[in-house]
Amino acid sequence: MNELLLVAGMAAVTLGIRYPVLVLVGKIPLPESVFRALRYVPPAVLTAIIVPAVLMPAGTVDVSPTNAYLVAGIVSALVAWRTKSLLLTIIIGMAVMLIWSAVVG
Amino acid sequence: MTSASLPTRRSEFAAGFRDMTPLIIGGIPFGIIYGALAVASGISPWTTLAMSLFVFAGSSQFIAVGLIAGGASIPVIILTTFVVNLRHALYSASLAPFVRHLPQRWLLPLAAMLTDESFLVTNRPYQRTDSSPTKHGDYLGANLGMYIPWQISTLIGILFGAVIPDASQLGLDFAMSATFIGMLVPAIKGRPVLLAVVVAGVTAILAHGLPNQIGLFLAAVLGVIAGVIGERLWPDQAAYTLAAEAHDEAELTIAETHE
Repeated sequence: MNELLLVAGMAAVTLGIRYPVLVLVGKIPLPESVFRALRYVPPAVLTAIIVPAVLMPAGTVDVSPTNAYLVAGIVSALVAWRTKSLLLTIIIGMAVMLIWSAVVG
Repeated sequence: MTSASLPTRRSEFAAGFRDMTPLIIGGIPFGIIYGALAVASGISPWTTLAMSLFVFAGSSQFIAVGLIAGGASIPVIILTTFVVNLRHALYSASLAPFVRHLPQRWLLPLAAMLTDESFLVTNRPYQRTDSSPTKHGDYLGANLGMYIPWQISTLIGILFGAVIPDASQLGLDFAMSATFIGMLVPAIKGRPVLLAVVVAGVTAILAHGLPNQIGLFLAAVLGVIAGVIGERLWPDQAAYTLAAEAHDEAELTIAETHE
Protein backbone atom coordinates (compact mmCIF):
# COMPACT_ATOMS: atom_id res chain seq x y z
CA MET A 1 0.00 0.00 0.00
CA ASN A 2 1.48 3.32 -1.10
CA GLU A 3 0.28 5.45 1.78
CA LEU A 4 1.57 8.72 0.29
CA LEU A 5 -0.49 8.16 -2.85
CA LEU A 6 -3.51 7.27 -0.74
CA VAL A 7 -3.36 10.43 1.40
CA ALA A 8 -2.72 12.61 -1.67
CA GLY A 9 -5.73 11.09 -3.44
CA MET A 10 -8.02 11.44 -0.43
CA ALA A 11 -6.92 15.05 0.10
CA ALA A 12 -7.42 15.86 -3.60
CA VAL A 13 -10.97 14.53 -3.87
CA THR A 14 -11.99 16.15 -0.57
CA LEU A 15 -10.61 19.57 -1.53
CA GLY A 16 -12.08 18.94 -4.97
CA ILE A 17 -15.55 18.95 -3.39
CA ARG A 18 -15.02 21.80 -0.93
CA TYR A 19 -13.12 24.35 -3.02
CA PRO A 20 -14.72 24.54 -6.51
CA VAL A 21 -18.25 24.75 -5.09
CA LEU A 22 -17.20 27.53 -2.71
CA VAL A 23 -15.66 29.54 -5.56
CA LEU A 24 -18.15 28.82 -8.37
CA VAL A 25 -21.41 29.18 -6.44
CA GLY A 26 -20.07 32.50 -5.13
CA LYS A 27 -19.65 33.79 -8.70
CA ILE A 28 -23.14 32.80 -9.79
CA PRO A 29 -26.02 34.68 -8.18
CA LEU A 30 -28.02 32.10 -6.26
CA PRO A 31 -31.83 32.18 -6.53
CA GLU A 32 -33.56 33.03 -3.25
CA SER A 33 -35.34 29.64 -3.26
CA VAL A 34 -32.03 27.71 -3.33
CA PHE A 35 -30.69 29.88 -0.57
CA ARG A 36 -33.74 29.20 1.59
CA ALA A 37 -33.48 25.47 0.94
CA LEU A 38 -29.83 25.42 2.03
CA ARG A 39 -30.88 26.62 5.47
CA TYR A 40 -32.32 23.15 6.06
CA VAL A 41 -28.93 21.53 5.45
CA PRO A 42 -27.71 21.78 9.08
CA PRO A 43 -30.74 20.15 10.79
CA ALA A 44 -31.04 17.50 8.06
CA VAL A 45 -27.35 16.54 8.24
CA LEU A 46 -27.29 16.56 12.05
CA THR A 47 -30.32 14.27 12.17
CA ALA A 48 -28.91 11.95 9.52
CA ILE A 49 -25.75 11.53 11.60
CA ILE A 50 -27.38 11.29 15.04
CA VAL A 51 -30.30 8.91 14.39
CA PRO A 52 -28.37 5.86 13.13
CA ALA A 53 -25.58 6.43 15.68
CA VAL A 54 -28.08 6.33 18.55
CA LEU A 55 -30.76 3.92 17.29
CA MET A 56 -28.53 1.36 15.59
CA PRO A 57 -25.04 1.45 17.17
CA ALA A 58 -24.41 -2.18 16.28
CA GLY A 59 -25.83 -1.96 12.75
CA THR A 60 -29.43 -2.96 13.44
CA VAL A 61 -32.22 -0.98 15.09
CA ASP A 62 -32.01 -1.55 18.84
CA VAL A 63 -34.79 0.00 20.93
CA SER A 64 -34.11 -1.40 24.38
CA PRO A 65 -32.73 -0.26 27.73
CA THR A 66 -29.53 -2.18 27.02
CA ASN A 67 -28.77 0.23 24.17
CA ALA A 68 -26.72 2.77 26.14
CA TYR A 69 -26.45 5.06 23.09
CA LEU A 70 -30.23 5.37 22.93
CA VAL A 71 -30.60 6.00 26.67
CA ALA A 72 -27.83 8.62 26.66
CA GLY A 73 -29.26 10.11 23.46
CA ILE A 74 -32.71 10.57 24.98
CA VAL A 75 -31.22 12.13 28.13
CA SER A 76 -29.03 14.43 25.99
CA ALA A 77 -32.06 15.52 23.96
CA LEU A 78 -33.99 16.32 27.15
CA VAL A 79 -31.07 18.30 28.59
CA ALA A 80 -30.66 20.18 25.29
CA TRP A 81 -34.37 20.94 25.19
CA ARG A 82 -34.62 22.15 28.79
CA THR A 83 -31.28 23.98 29.19
CA LYS A 84 -30.43 24.92 25.57
CA SER A 85 -26.80 24.63 26.70
CA LEU A 86 -24.46 22.77 24.35
CA LEU A 87 -21.81 22.31 27.00
CA LEU A 88 -24.26 20.88 29.59
CA THR A 89 -25.69 18.55 26.95
CA ILE A 90 -22.26 17.14 26.14
CA ILE A 91 -21.18 16.76 29.78
CA ILE A 92 -24.42 15.16 31.06
CA GLY A 93 -24.81 13.06 27.90
CA MET A 94 -21.29 11.64 28.24
CA ALA A 95 -21.75 11.01 31.97
CA VAL A 96 -24.97 9.07 31.34
CA MET A 97 -23.26 7.15 28.53
CA LEU A 98 -20.31 6.10 30.70
CA ILE A 99 -22.47 5.16 33.69
CA TRP A 100 -25.18 3.36 31.70
CA SER A 101 -22.77 1.34 29.58
CA ALA A 102 -20.94 0.32 32.75
CA VAL A 103 -24.25 -0.80 34.29
CA VAL A 104 -25.71 -2.71 31.33
CA GLY A 105 -22.36 -3.74 29.82
CA MET B 1 -20.91 39.73 20.73
CA THR B 2 -21.09 43.46 21.36
CA SER B 3 -22.52 45.23 18.36
CA ALA B 4 -21.74 48.67 19.81
CA SER B 5 -18.25 48.89 18.34
CA LEU B 6 -17.46 47.78 14.81
CA PRO B 7 -15.76 44.37 15.00
CA THR B 8 -12.28 44.04 13.60
CA ARG B 9 -10.98 41.00 11.75
CA ARG B 10 -8.99 40.11 14.85
CA SER B 11 -11.98 40.34 17.22
CA GLU B 12 -14.07 38.33 14.75
CA PHE B 13 -11.31 35.72 14.66
CA ALA B 14 -11.35 35.44 18.46
CA ALA B 15 -15.15 35.17 18.49
CA GLY B 16 -15.12 32.36 15.92
CA PHE B 17 -12.37 30.48 17.73
CA ARG B 18 -14.23 30.84 21.04
CA ASP B 19 -17.56 29.70 19.58
CA MET B 20 -15.88 26.47 18.56
CA THR B 21 -15.00 25.45 22.15
CA PRO B 22 -18.11 23.40 23.01
CA LEU B 23 -17.68 21.48 19.76
CA ILE B 24 -14.02 20.82 20.46
CA ILE B 25 -15.00 18.98 23.65
CA GLY B 26 -17.09 16.65 21.53
CA GLY B 27 -14.42 16.40 18.84
CA ILE B 28 -11.34 15.58 20.91
CA PRO B 29 -12.35 12.01 21.88
CA PHE B 30 -12.91 11.35 18.19
CA GLY B 31 -9.45 12.53 17.22
CA ILE B 32 -7.93 10.32 19.91
CA ILE B 33 -9.98 7.29 18.83
CA TYR B 34 -9.03 7.93 15.20
CA GLY B 35 -5.30 8.15 15.97
CA ALA B 36 -5.38 5.05 18.16
CA LEU B 37 -7.46 3.01 15.72
CA ALA B 38 -5.35 3.92 12.68
CA VAL B 39 -2.07 2.94 14.30
CA ALA B 40 -3.63 -0.23 15.71
CA SER B 41 -4.77 -1.09 12.16
CA GLY B 42 -1.17 -1.03 10.98
CA ILE B 43 -1.14 2.42 9.33
CA SER B 44 2.09 4.31 9.91
CA PRO B 45 1.97 7.19 12.44
CA TRP B 46 3.02 9.68 9.72
CA THR B 47 0.23 8.63 7.37
CA THR B 48 -2.25 8.76 10.25
CA LEU B 49 -1.23 12.34 11.02
CA ALA B 50 -0.98 13.32 7.35
CA MET B 51 -4.61 12.28 6.87
CA SER B 52 -5.69 14.59 9.69
CA LEU B 53 -3.54 17.42 8.34
CA PHE B 54 -4.42 17.21 4.63
CA VAL B 55 -7.75 15.37 4.37
CA PHE B 56 -9.22 16.75 7.62
CA ALA B 57 -12.60 15.03 7.38
CA GLY B 58 -13.31 12.89 10.43
CA SER B 59 -15.86 10.38 9.16
CA SER B 60 -13.98 9.70 5.93
CA GLN B 61 -10.76 9.21 7.88
CA PHE B 62 -12.47 6.58 10.05
CA ILE B 63 -13.90 4.83 7.02
CA ALA B 64 -10.51 4.89 5.27
CA VAL B 65 -8.93 3.21 8.30
CA GLY B 66 -11.63 0.53 8.20
CA LEU B 67 -11.10 -0.02 4.48
CA ILE B 68 -7.30 -0.19 4.80
CA ALA B 69 -7.65 -2.72 7.61
CA GLY B 70 -10.01 -4.70 5.37
CA GLY B 71 -7.49 -4.72 2.53
CA ALA B 72 -9.32 -2.40 0.11
CA SER B 73 -7.39 -0.98 -2.86
CA ILE B 74 -6.33 2.67 -3.11
CA PRO B 75 -8.87 3.62 -5.86
CA VAL B 76 -11.71 2.12 -3.79
CA ILE B 77 -10.67 4.10 -0.71
CA ILE B 78 -10.32 7.36 -2.68
CA LEU B 79 -13.70 6.88 -4.36
CA THR B 80 -15.31 6.13 -1.01
CA THR B 81 -13.77 9.27 0.45
CA PHE B 82 -15.31 11.25 -2.39
CA VAL B 83 -18.80 9.85 -1.76
CA VAL B 84 -18.58 10.24 2.03
CA ASN B 85 -17.52 13.89 1.69
CA LEU B 86 -20.09 14.82 -0.96
CA ARG B 87 -22.19 16.54 1.70
CA HIS B 88 -19.46 19.19 1.90
CA ALA B 89 -20.72 20.44 -1.45
CA LEU B 90 -23.93 21.45 0.33
CA TYR B 91 -21.91 23.31 2.97
CA SER B 92 -19.74 25.08 0.40
CA ALA B 93 -22.82 26.10 -1.56
CA SER B 94 -24.37 27.54 1.62
CA LEU B 95 -21.29 29.59 2.48
CA ALA B 96 -20.26 30.61 -1.03
CA PRO B 97 -22.44 33.73 -1.43
CA PHE B 98 -20.82 35.25 1.66
CA VAL B 99 -17.19 34.79 0.71
CA ARG B 100 -17.25 35.68 -2.98
CA HIS B 101 -15.56 39.03 -2.33
CA LEU B 102 -12.53 37.33 -0.77
CA PRO B 103 -9.21 36.80 -2.57
CA GLN B 104 -7.93 33.29 -3.34
CA ARG B 105 -5.46 33.32 -0.46
CA TRP B 106 -8.51 33.29 1.84
CA LEU B 107 -10.77 30.97 -0.14
CA LEU B 108 -8.36 28.05 -0.40
CA PRO B 109 -7.64 27.62 3.34
CA LEU B 110 -11.27 28.28 4.25
CA ALA B 111 -12.38 25.56 1.83
CA ALA B 112 -9.68 23.16 2.99
CA MET B 113 -10.79 23.39 6.62
CA LEU B 114 -14.51 22.89 6.01
CA THR B 115 -16.08 20.18 8.19
CA ASP B 116 -19.48 19.37 9.69
CA GLU B 117 -18.57 21.26 12.85
CA SER B 118 -16.91 24.27 11.26
CA PHE B 119 -19.79 24.65 8.80
CA LEU B 120 -22.32 24.76 11.62
CA VAL B 121 -20.37 27.47 13.40
CA THR B 122 -19.13 29.44 10.38
CA ASN B 123 -22.61 29.60 8.94
CA ARG B 124 -23.50 31.71 11.96
CA PRO B 125 -21.78 35.11 11.46
CA TYR B 126 -23.43 35.26 8.07
CA GLN B 127 -26.85 34.97 9.67
CA ARG B 128 -26.17 38.20 11.56
CA THR B 129 -27.87 41.22 10.10
CA ASP B 130 -24.97 43.63 10.55
CA SER B 131 -22.79 44.33 7.53
CA SER B 132 -19.39 43.84 9.15
CA PRO B 133 -16.84 43.47 6.36
CA THR B 134 -14.63 41.20 8.46
CA LYS B 135 -16.86 38.18 9.06
CA HIS B 136 -14.32 35.98 7.29
CA GLY B 137 -12.11 36.56 10.34
CA ASP B 138 -14.76 34.75 12.38
CA TYR B 139 -14.92 32.03 9.74
CA LEU B 140 -11.16 31.48 9.89
CA GLY B 141 -11.19 31.50 13.70
CA ALA B 142 -13.88 28.83 13.85
CA ASN B 143 -12.07 26.70 11.25
CA LEU B 144 -8.75 26.84 13.09
CA GLY B 145 -10.65 26.24 16.33
CA MET B 146 -11.47 22.79 15.00
CA TYR B 147 -8.36 22.16 12.89
CA ILE B 148 -5.76 22.61 15.63
CA PRO B 149 -7.47 20.43 18.31
CA TRP B 150 -8.06 17.73 15.67
CA GLN B 151 -4.30 17.55 14.99
CA ILE B 152 -3.41 17.51 18.68
CA SER B 153 -5.98 14.83 19.52
CA THR B 154 -4.84 12.71 16.56
CA LEU B 155 -1.31 12.94 17.90
CA ILE B 156 -2.46 11.93 21.40
CA GLY B 157 -4.24 8.92 19.89
CA ILE B 158 -1.12 7.91 17.93
CA LEU B 159 1.19 8.26 20.94
CA PHE B 160 -1.00 6.91 23.73
CA GLY B 161 -3.62 4.85 21.89
CA ALA B 162 -2.03 1.60 22.98
CA VAL B 163 -2.49 2.38 26.67
CA ILE B 164 -6.04 3.70 26.29
CA PRO B 165 -8.55 0.85 26.65
CA ASP B 166 -10.86 0.27 23.70
CA ALA B 167 -12.33 3.73 23.39
CA SER B 168 -15.61 2.73 21.77
CA GLN B 169 -16.03 0.19 24.58
CA LEU B 170 -16.00 3.11 26.99
CA GLY B 171 -18.66 4.87 24.96
CA LEU B 172 -16.41 7.82 24.09
CA ASP B 173 -17.71 7.65 20.53
CA PHE B 174 -20.99 9.00 21.89
CA ALA B 175 -19.33 12.43 22.21
CA MET B 176 -20.15 13.43 18.64
CA SER B 177 -23.80 12.39 18.99
CA ALA B 178 -24.09 14.39 22.23
CA THR B 179 -22.57 17.44 20.54
CA PHE B 180 -24.87 17.23 17.55
CA ILE B 181 -27.96 16.61 19.72
CA GLY B 182 -27.05 19.74 21.69
CA MET B 183 -26.99 21.73 18.46
CA LEU B 184 -30.03 20.18 16.81
CA VAL B 185 -32.68 20.06 19.54
CA PRO B 186 -32.83 23.79 20.39
CA ALA B 187 -33.03 24.54 16.66
CA ILE B 188 -36.21 22.53 16.08
CA LYS B 189 -38.58 25.46 15.99
CA GLY B 190 -41.56 25.43 13.68
CA ARG B 191 -43.07 22.66 11.61
CA PRO B 192 -40.86 22.92 8.49
CA VAL B 193 -37.73 22.14 10.53
CA LEU B 194 -39.54 19.37 12.38
CA LEU B 195 -40.61 17.84 9.08
CA ALA B 196 -37.05 18.07 7.73
CA VAL B 197 -35.76 16.33 10.87
CA VAL B 198 -38.36 13.53 10.78
CA VAL B 199 -37.80 12.80 7.09
CA ALA B 200 -34.00 12.89 7.46
CA GLY B 201 -34.16 10.59 10.49
CA VAL B 202 -36.47 8.01 8.92
CA THR B 203 -34.47 8.02 5.68
CA ALA B 204 -31.21 7.59 7.57
CA ILE B 205 -32.58 4.45 9.23
CA LEU B 206 -34.14 2.98 6.08
CA ALA B 207 -31.09 3.75 3.90
CA HIS B 208 -28.52 2.69 6.46
CA GLY B 209 -27.76 -0.51 4.53
CA LEU B 210 -26.45 1.47 1.54
CA PRO B 211 -22.65 1.48 1.32
CA ASN B 212 -20.27 4.40 1.89
CA GLN B 213 -22.64 6.63 3.80
CA ILE B 214 -24.78 7.18 0.71
CA GLY B 215 -27.65 6.83 3.17
CA LEU B 216 -26.41 9.86 5.09
CA PHE B 217 -26.26 11.96 1.95
CA LEU B 218 -29.68 10.75 0.77
CA ALA B 219 -31.19 11.50 4.19
CA ALA B 220 -29.71 15.01 4.16
CA VAL B 221 -31.05 15.76 0.67
CA LEU B 222 -34.54 14.38 1.37
CA GLY B 223 -34.58 16.26 4.69
CA VAL B 224 -33.82 19.54 2.90
CA ILE B 225 -36.56 18.84 0.34
CA ALA B 226 -38.99 18.09 3.18
CA GLY B 227 -38.07 21.39 4.83
CA VAL B 228 -38.82 23.29 1.62
CA ILE B 229 -42.17 21.51 1.27
CA GLY B 230 -42.82 22.34 4.94
CA GLU B 231 -42.26 26.03 4.20
CA ARG B 232 -44.96 25.81 1.52
CA LEU B 233 -47.35 24.06 3.92
CA TRP B 234 -46.71 26.38 6.89
CA PRO B 235 -45.29 29.61 5.44
CA ASP B 236 -45.81 31.48 8.70
CA GLN B 237 -43.37 29.16 10.49
CA ALA B 238 -40.62 29.30 7.89
CA ALA B 239 -38.35 31.79 9.64
CA TYR B 240 -35.52 29.94 11.24
CA THR B 241 -31.75 30.00 11.52
CA LEU B 242 -30.02 27.10 13.18
CA ALA B 243 -26.66 28.82 13.07
CA ALA B 244 -27.87 31.93 14.90
CA GLU B 245 -29.38 29.61 17.47
CA ALA B 246 -26.15 27.70 18.03
CA HIS B 247 -24.31 30.99 18.41
CA ASP B 248 -26.63 32.28 21.13
CA GLU B 249 -26.15 29.01 22.98
CA ALA B 250 -22.38 29.18 22.70
CA GLU B 251 -22.45 32.77 24.01
CA LEU B 252 -24.67 31.68 26.88
CA THR B 253 -22.54 28.68 27.74
CA ILE B 254 -19.36 30.71 27.74
CA ALA B 255 -20.95 33.48 29.80
CA GLU B 256 -22.01 30.88 32.38
CA THR B 257 -18.55 29.37 32.45
CA HIS B 258 -16.98 32.73 33.19
CA GLU B 259 -19.31 33.55 36.07
